[in-house]
Amino acid sequence: MKTLKVNGASFNVDADESTPLLWVIREQLGMTGTKFGCGIAVCGACTIHIDGNPVRACVMPLAAVNEGSEITTIEGLSDKGDHPVQQAWAELDIPQCGYCQPGMMMAAASLLDSNPDATDADIDNQITNICRCGTFGRVRKGIHLAKTKA
Amino acid sequence: MIEKHSISRRGFLIGTTAAGIGMSIGFFPSTASSSDGKPDLDEVTAWAQIAPDDTVTIRIARSEMGQGTLTGLAQLVAEELQCDWNKVTWEFPTPGENLARERVWKDFSTGGSQGLRASQQYVREGGAAARMMLIQAAAEKWGVKESECSALNSVITHEPTGRNTTFGMVAAAASKLPIPDKVALKDPSEWTIAGKPLKRLDTADKLTGKLVYGADITLPGMLLASIKDCPVLGGKLVSYDESAIKGLPGVRGVVKVETAVGTSGVAVVADTWWQANTALEKLPIKWDLGPNADFNDEQLNELLVSGLDADEAYRGNWEGDIDVAFSEADKMVEGIYKCPSQNHAPMEPMNATAVWQEDKCEVWCPTQNGESALAAASEAAGLDIEKCDVHKTILGGGFGRRGAPDYVHQVIAIAKAYPGTPIKLQWSREEDQRHGFYHPTTMANMRGSLDAQGNLTGLHMRISGQSILAALLPHLLADGADFATFQGVVKGGLNPRMDDHQISYDFPNLLVDHAMRNPPIRPGFWRGVNVNQNAIYLECFMDELAHAAGRDALEFRLAHMKEKPKNAAVLKAVAERSGWGNDDGKSRGLATLYAFGSYVAACAEVTVDSAGKLKIDRIVAATDCGTAVNPQQIAAQIEGSFVYGLSAALYGEITFENGQVQQDNFHTYPSMTIKDMPVVESIVMPSGGFYGGVGEPTIGVAAPAVLNAIFAATGKRVRTLPLKDTNLRA
Repeated sequence: MKTLKVNGASFNVDADESTPLLWVIREQLGMTGTKFGCGIAVCGACTIHIDGNPVRACVMPLAAVNEGSEITTIEGLSDKGDHPVQQAWAELDIPQCGYCQPGMMMAAASLLDSNPDATDADIDNQITNICRCGTFGRVRKGIHLAKTKA
Repeated sequence: MIEKHSISRRGFLIGTTAAGIGMSIGFFPSTASSSDGKPDLDEVTAWAQIAPDDTVTIRIARSEMGQGTLTGLAQLVAEELQCDWNKVTWEFPTPGENLARERVWKDFSTGGSQGLRASQQYVREGGAAARMMLIQAAAEKWGVKESECSALNSVITHEPTGRNTTFGMVAAAASKLPIPDKVALKDPSEWTIAGKPLKRLDTADKLTGKLVYGADITLPGMLLASIKDCPVLGGKLVSYDESAIKGLPGVRGVVKVETAVGTSGVAVVADTWWQANTALEKLPIKWDLGPNADFNDEQLNELLVSGLDADEAYRGNWEGDIDVAFSEADKMVEGIYKCPSQNHAPMEPMNATAVWQEDKCEVWCPTQNGESALAAASEAAGLDIEKCDVHKTILGGGFGRRGAPDYVHQVIAIAKAYPGTPIKLQWSREEDQRHGFYHPTTMANMRGSLDAQGNLTGLHMRISGQSILAALLPHLLADGADFATFQGVVKGGLNPRMDDHQISYDFPNLLVDHAMRNPPIRPGFWRGVNVNQNAIYLECFMDELAHAAGRDALEFRLAHMKEKPKNAAVLKAVAERSGWGNDDGKSRGLATLYAFGSYVAACAEVTVDSAGKLKIDRIVAATDCGTAVNPQQIAAQIEGSFVYGLSAALYGEITFENGQVQQDNFHTYPSMTIKDMPVVESIVMPSGGFYGGVGEPTIGVAAPAVLNAIFAATGKRVRTLPLKDTNLRA
């Protein structure tokens, strides 16, 4: 049994310590906004924040998560869906199928949190999520737009 | 004629929120009131249900996989209905409901860029009929003539008196009226909702994690399954050693999964998917790899090469006499091209959820064809189709992969071992990569003749390679020939049914033929289908011909499309916007195409550094889809087409060793990321009078425009894809 703090609430989790945090969040906590895409930390669909840092939850074993850490998922990015990134994503109507977007938004939010003036080069270096529908043009615009809403 | 039906709320809804899911698994929707807290709605026509508060629920038969069809169809209904767009919501009727109501929503299949163009007429009629009925109900209530009343923004007004009421107030009365036989539709020039760049209806829940995809379905008491199918096509499961995983946490059982669609494998069922998949990885499995266990890429290559000059081939399209043209040529140009197999790789790996009982079966899944999923459910369940139903979710990408119902067969095979228990089958990414319906692999032997003035006098395009129809829909073959092979290069010949894929040029002498070579690779319909490789072959070769003739690639193309004004218009549009012909040191490449009923063109600008590293700097792309239902979504589809098309051209390749797919995840099957993404400037230029497709045509011009720009930059002609294997400065 382990206690996790997710989106400000505490949860007692009973899972094998080798279970990736992605599956703990999806299956034990029932929060399905964090997506399974590849399972090898390449696609980024499972991106969450641990203590504000972007983490690919599909390869983060439960054992490696500290009980005191603050875990944030897309469900907890904002109370009312109005985080600057969410506002920008809505304004530019960015998602197509949308499956990669929770991870994309968590990656973008984390980038702007650490670097509020992120440039195109910063975006190129730090947003490595895969989107097969091809929303990258709008995602780039969305990150720049979100900067103006913070 | 639109069928009348007394409305009932379904017991199970996948609407815009997760709220309904899992709350009403009463199997088969009750015909009583809603269980998700929504009020009863009055169905005026099958497309439009209206609540007392004027909320209009538009029912959408086609699937939504990111392409925006859901919103576009709703705009078309709302336009004719004249309802308040801010009060529009949507839901998917089930294919079972469609069947029970004599297919009132018609076709559920979502492919071939048909979503809007094949249903625009009847959904607009459904909206218009509902408007007329609402007006009639109001007029009867007031005792006035219908002709004196009008509808706008969900308000009906009696013009002479100014008296008004709302749709919600008269919907119940309207729902009891007969549906008019004849409706007049607006001309697109009068549109105020359709034709506008409105925001999508399905965005909000995609931004908060609330949207429930198939992978997210959660039902009470549900067990999870992970599967491994035989890694070689045509092989089968022999045995497995269940004792090896006995006692592993959460494991409930192991199920042999053999289906009517040829899959043969084994699934582990557990309390969670992670437990199921962990146990599956540890399960000793013995396969009979079958007749294709030695198949590899060398054999594939030999097979494809053997068709390039083969005497026998299906003649697809022809005009004039190619032999005469070649014998009189001043100059011959030749080039051999190759395109590899590609996997669809949607971000959401395949999945489906099912509950099976002796007398009923229900499925929840992301599918591009609800009706074929329902047929698969009936077959797999061993039950009459009326005893089955399928609840569609929004898809986490489809790209053609989710038209196939293999995963529906599989989940039901597993669910049958657990009667009454919901089973969710989730494929791993590796399973998704290894069991695709891959973009067909082909080669082309291109030969063209030029006269002394540098005019193209003849073109012979010999396609050698895979046929999708031979593998999946053999009953559609015409005397053995696969007419779909000629998509995008159609000119008379075999293809009277494919006039939405005509070749873009006027060739005096043309022959396109196909030496069918079918390797043991399962082909499928991959976004753009056969247009993709055909456009690469033709559009790169047109560049080769122009170069050989010493002519400008734009001028050369335009000179050969004199009777193709719409093709010429999109090509000129991208040339003009991109600065084609400017002496600015930029390396540009063009491509154009007519496919899925739309005219498209692209101009790519690239730089290739001294080490051979490619950078795609800018793309200008034009689309004439006749009628633009939502211009900003068309722009999104154009932009996305370059990501999908260029990911394939740059990196995408499925290869085989010992009959097995070698690229099992995104590290070996890479996809473009934001750093590779060029600026895409789209020009949406609907010329009116027709409805063309949008989701697929632009894929076809993505790769050839870039390859032609690479030639402009380096003088190097890349004829074999993907590009990653070519050193551009060697």
